[in-house]
Amino acid sequence: MDRKILKNYAINILVIIAIYILLKVLMGTGVISRYHQGIIIFIMINIILATSLNLATGFLGQLTLGHAGFMAVGAYVSAMTAVALKANFKGMPDLVMLIISLAVAAVASALVGIVIGVPALRLRGDYLAIITLGFGEVIRVVINNIKATGGAQGFTGIPKISTFDNVFWITVLVVLFLYRLTHSRQGRAILSIREDEIAAEAVGVKTTHFKVMGFAIAASIAGIGGGLYAHYIAFLDPNTFNFMRSVEILVIVVLGGMGSLTGSILAAIVLTIMPEALRSFANYRLLLYSFMLIIMMIFRPKGIFGTGEFSWQGFYDRYQMRKNALLKREQE
Amino acid sequence: MALLEATNICMQFGGLRAVDNFNLSIDEHELVGLIGPNGAGKTTVFNMLTGVYAPTEGNIKIDGVSVVGKKPYEIVRIGAARTFQNIRLFKDLTVLDNIKIAYHHELKYSTLEGILRLPRYWADEKKAHKACLDFLKIFDMEDYAETLAKNLPYGKQRKLEIARALATKPKILMLDEPAAGMNPQETHELMETIGLIRKQFDIAILLIEHDMHLVMGICERIAVLDYGKIIAVGTPEETRNNPDVIRVYLGE
Repeated sequence: MDRKILKNYAINILVIIAIYILLKVLMGTGVISRYHQGIIIFIMINIILATSLNLATGFLGQLTLGHAGFMAVGAYVSAMTAVALKANFKGMPDLVMLIISLAVAAVASALVGIVIGVPALRLRGDYLAIITLGFGEVIRVVINNIKATGGAQGFTGIPKISTFDNVFWITVLVVLFLYRLTHSRQGRAILSIREDEIAAEAVGVKTTHFKVMGFAIAASIAGIGGGLYAHYIAFLDPNTFNFMRSVEILVIVVLGGMGSLTGSILAAIVLTIMPEALRSFANYRLLLYSFMLIIMMIFRPKGIFGTGEFSWQGFYDRYQMRKNALLKREQE
Repeated sequence: MALLEATNICMQFGGLRAVDNFNLSIDEHELVGLIGPNGAGKTTVFNMLTGVYAPTEGNIKIDGVSVVGKKPYEIVRIGAARTFQNIRLFKDLTVLDNIKIAYHHELKYSTLEGILRLPRYWADEKKAHKACLDFLKIFDMEDYAETLAKNLPYGKQRKLEIARALATKPKILMLDEPAAGMNPQETHELMETIGLIRKQFDIAILLIEHDMHLVMGICERIAVLDYGKIIAVGTPEETRNNPDVIRVYLGE
C-alpha cells in the first residue's frame, strides 16, 4: 500500500468517526429530536438503496426500474427471519438477530436477482427497463397475495432492532464494499460493460458473468436496505414497494451521478431531507421537487459528481492548484 | 500446422449466402491481407473468425482448437484478438484502464480478495499497473496514460485499440479496416505501428483493408473476396496482375 492511499484511508476513517461522534453528541443532548433521528435513518437506508442501484445502473450501465422489488424481498425475508428467531431463541441479542436476518435477506434478494437477471440481462436499454419494471411489480403483487406476508393487510410485529448505530455502521460497510468492488479487476470488467459491451467481450471479459454478478450484488444490497427499513418501521405494507419507490431511488442515482458513489450519498441526503423540509408547502412540494430536478438536469446533466468520486485529497489538490495559479499570476 | 485454419466456411443470412466456401489458412508470424469490393463479405468472415457469428457450415480452427460456436471472450482466450472498423474504445475510461481491462486475465485475485484488499490484491494490481505502463511505452503512449480515451486524436485512438487487443496476448491479431477514415499521415503512422507489432510481438496478423497502398505495402499474402467467394490468393505482385481481381475492381 503506498502512502497516498494510506493517507486517504486515514482521512476518510477520521471523517466517518467525526460524523458519528457529532451525530451521537447531538442526539445525546437532544438537539436532534426523535423525528430528526428517523429522518437520518431514512437517509442512510436511501444511501444503501441508491449506491446499490448505482452499481447496476451507473457502473454496469443496465437501466433497471425494479429496485423496490428487491428491497421488498429483503424487507419481508428479514422480517420473517427475525420473527422466527425471536420465537425460537429467547434472549438472543438484538445485534445478532439483526445480522442473521439481514444475511438471510441478502442471500434471498441475491437469488431473486439472479433468477430475474439471467433472462432480463439479455435485453438492453429500454427493454431491460420495461422487464425489470414488470418483475418489480410482480414481486409486489405476489407479496400482496400470499398469506405468509400478511397480504395487503401488512406484516406486523416485526422486532424493532434497527438502531441508529446499527444502520450507520452497516451503511459505512456497504459503501466501503461497493467502493472496493468497483475499484478492482472485477469493477473494471463491470465498467467496461457499461462503456462498450461488444468491445468488452472482444477483449476477453465474460460479459454475461459480470452482468449477472453485478446485478445480483445490487439486488442483495437492496435487500439489506429493505431489511433495515423493515426493522426500523416494524410494519410492512406491500404498496410502499411500488414502482414509485423504484423511481425515487433511480432519481437519487441520476441526480448524484451515474457511477459516483459519493454522488449517490449526497443526493440521498438532499432528496430525503427536501420532501421533509418542504412539508409545510403541502401540495407544492412535489412541484418544487420536480423543478429542482429540471434545473439540475439543465446545469449538470451528468449529475452532481458525474462519474467521478469526491475525495478530500482531490479537494485539497484542487485547492493547491488554484492557490499556485493565483500566486503565479501575482508574480507576473 | 497453420495457426488459423478456416475450411469451407459458409454464412447464410436467410436467402443470402454472404460467404460461400471460404478457405483460408494463416501460418505463424504471417501477415495476410483480405481485400474485396464493398459488400463482398469481408466483415462477415471476420465476425465468424471472432465468434460474433457462428458459421452455418464449415470449421474454423485457431491454434488447433475448433472455435465454431464459442463465445467471443472464449476465442480471445484461445488466442485471437480483434479491432473494430468503427473504433470501439472504453471512451470514458483512461487509456491505462483500457489496457488494464484487456489485461484482466493476468490478474488472479478473487472478488473477495479484492474487497478485503488482501496482499494478493495489492501485488496483482501493482504488477498489472507496471505491466500496462510498460505496454503503453512500447507504443510510445505512456504520456497519455491518464487521458480519457475519448480525448485522444483519431490516429491515437486506433493505436490504443490495437494496443488493447495486443494486451490480451493473442497469437493472431485481426484488424478490421484499421485505416478507415485516416488521412495519409495517419495511415503512415499506422503502417509504422503494424511494423512495430511485427518486430516486438511474436504474432500473425490478418488485415481487412480498402487502402491499397497499405495492403500492397505490408502484406505478405493477399486473399481477394468477391460475392462471398475467394477469387484469388497470392503475393501482392500476383494479385495485382490477376485478371479476375482487375475485373472485380475495375470492371471489364
